[in-house]
Amino acid sequence: DTSLAEVNSFLPSMPISPSSMTNQYKFEDEPELRDLFITVDDPESHITAIETFITYRVVTKTSRGEFDSSEYEVRRRYQDFLWLKSKLEEAHPTLIIPPLPEKFIMKGMVERFSDEFIETRRKALHKFLNRIADHPTLTFNEDFKIFLTAQAWELSSHKKQGPSLLSRMGQTVRAVASSVRGGAKNRPEMFTEMNDYMETFSQKINVLDKIAHRIYKEERDYFNEMKEYGPIHTLWSASEEDIADSLKGVASCIDKCCKATEKRMAGLSESLLPILHEYVLYSEILMGVLKRRDQIQGELDSKLDALASKKTEKDLFSEDIGKLEDKVECANNALKADWDRWKQNMQCDMRSTFINVAENNLHYYEE
Amino acid sequence: MEDCLAKKMEITVSEAEKRTGRNAMNMQETYTAYLIETRAVESQSEGQCVPVDSLWRRYSEFELLRNYLSVTYPHIVVPPLPEKRADFVWHKLSADNMDPDFVERRRIGLENFLLRVASHPVLCQDKIFYSFLTQEGGWKEVVNETGFQLKADSRLKALNATFRVKNPDKRFTELKHYSDELQSVISHLLRVRARVADRLYGVYKVHGNYGRVFSEWSAIEKEMGDGLQSAGHHMDVYAASIDDILEEEEHYADQLKEYLFYAEALRAVCRKHELMQYDLEMAAQDLTSKKQQCEELATGTVRTFSLKGMTSKLFGQETPEQREAKIKVLEEQIQEGEEQLKSKNLEGRDFVKSAWADIERFKEQKNHDLKEALINYAVMQISMCKKGIQVWTNAKECFSKM
Repeated sequence: DTSLAEVNSFLPSMPISPSSMTNQYKFEDEPELRDLFITVDDPESHITAIETFITYRVVTKTSRGEFDSSEYEVRRRYQDFLWLKSKLEEAHPTLIIPPLPEKFIMKGMVERFSDEFIETRRKALHKFLNRIADHPTLTFNEDFKIFLTAQAWELSSHKKQGPSLLSRMGQTVRAVASSVRGGAKNRPEMFTEMNDYMETFSQKINVLDKIAHRIYKEERDYFNEMKEYGPIHTLWSASEEDIADSLKGVASCIDKCCKATEKRMAGLSESLLPILHEYVLYSEILMGVLKRRDQIQGELDSKLDALASKKTEKDLFSEDIGKLEDKVECANNALKADWDRWKQNMQCDMRSTFINVAENNLHYYEE
Repeated sequence: MEDCLAKKMEITVSEAEKRTGRNAMNMQETYTAYLIETRAVESQSEGQCVPVDSLWRRYSEFELLRNYLSVTYPHIVVPPLPEKRADFVWHKLSADNMDPDFVERRRIGLENFLLRVASHPVLCQDKIFYSFLTQEGGWKEVVNETGFQLKADSRLKALNATFRVKNPDKRFTELKHYSDELQSVISHLLRVRARVADRLYGVYKVHGNYGRVFSEWSAIEKEMGDGLQSAGHHMDVYAASIDDILEEEEHYADQLKEYLFYAEALRAVCRKHELMQYDLEMAAQDLTSKKQQCEELATGTVRTFSLKGMTSKLFGQETPEQREAKIKVLEEQIQEGEEQLKSKNLEGRDFVKSAWADIERFKEQKNHDLKEALINYAVMQISMCKKGIQVWTNAKECFSKM
């Protein structure tokens, strides 16, 4: 249990009005059709005897009947989000569950609890919940509802009810084993295409992510040099009479260019970099989803193979097989529908993000 | 405005050529020779095809010319030559003297130098300069025959040696401070500009990577494919545009460099004046001490301590004849000294007058040129931004079609 020895507030709370929420991010469905609004804000650090961790405030506003109230406010920590994600994956193995921000950033020199890291994580968590809310199936998931509404102690006890860690590990082992047996054999054409697409997409999106980071770094270096450039002209103007004004003019222009560069950099780090990163994570998730579909198929295939070699126990198997066939069909359909939806969103996201980049550059040059 | 050479004669440095030859130590060397073309202006108005005179010169000959002018006209701010070695280089530029871009910029700088000398009211009338432009062979010998190297004061080479001048001319002191400040601020500016150019280059070039990836990505997309592909093309255009932009900026840097070196020339005039003043004061001092010696010998009183006085006390007085002889020598020296002092004073006053006139001329030229250079720089920046706007407007359109 958490005893709050010290509470530090990092950011002022975000406004809770629905309109400001919809302005935060462009979401896939029309905002007017949404009946569930979620914000993640107000990170607070908690220091106990054993550990230090951060909780975020999750505010939900809804008009849905199945919710007892129309407004909820809870605090959640990263672990809770991880739990939610794994429950969703369990319940819907071939749906595309949105990515969570990573546990730590390997390469960066960003400290675990630096302001920058926390803010980036907060934004990503906000996106995560909203993507789930917008998903036609996931939005009605029971664990999702509990996540949004339960108090801390309620959530803890609910978490303990699920399959134990050991049994979950057992499932994973079985799943890996069955995928080794190969679900790729009878894979429908459509899913092979998806696999090929994802491999290339994953490559490209990773490279794009690197390029975007590189551009950001180059811009920052440029900005640092520019900061020195303007003042030299001011210094020079002090020794001159006739051309002093011209020099001062140049100095102030250069300073304005500096500010414009800062804005451009901010634009990159606020819109392009997070989206590219999210899709890097998405590509991993999608590969995982395709594998799980293969696994499910693999289970069916291995049972069918077993049946082929043991004709006598047909009855025993047929029920199982029937169930498995259904399972496979469901999985495939779910994936196909979700895939189409994901692609649409991806297109939309990419388009608007890159348009945003272009606009930022236009503003930069105009200034 | 006096009639200067530039008005009568068209001068260009039109070509540069790599040559190999043997140097003073009979070793093989490669150097670049520049073609100077001259053509009389007046006859052109008659519509005739005027023949062009031309001859080849190398950088070291330009240097010789400039040294000659500096020594012969110490009160003039002599136009500087383009830099001997590539300086303020950023990574894409080569520091190699043989690099074609460097040679090209040097060609322009040399032409500029000749034009500046030809339009200077005093320098353009110099005969050695004229024969530099027109006399192909034997020019070097002619220059050396003037014996200008003897006039060159070796003390000037020790740039930072200080001469304690008792009554410095305030104007010249201020001017020297100014030239130091100008040198320092322009070199700082050029250094930072080079770094800024480097970084800007980086930003643009990395965008080129977008082009490649967009193209590869578009291959697997159906609806987004066309938009991505054409956007990628615009990213390539963007990345390529920086080369021309920075090349133009290099010319701006060269204009600033000219004034960096001009500041040195300005400083040199101040130094020469300082030296003159120093020599004057030394001569006056020498004269005063001789007069004093004379007086002492004549009256027999020793006012100041002198080794001679001491030795004569220790070893006995001189004879009256010896004293008379010494007095006479001193009186001669004193007369010489007074004449010299008079002429030095006159020299000094003339120097100050003509130097100050040239300095005023230089100031006006500098203000005009620098203002123009700054305006050009601003125009360049605007043009760069316009190009940027165009590229990103196109890219935005492509993205919208995704």
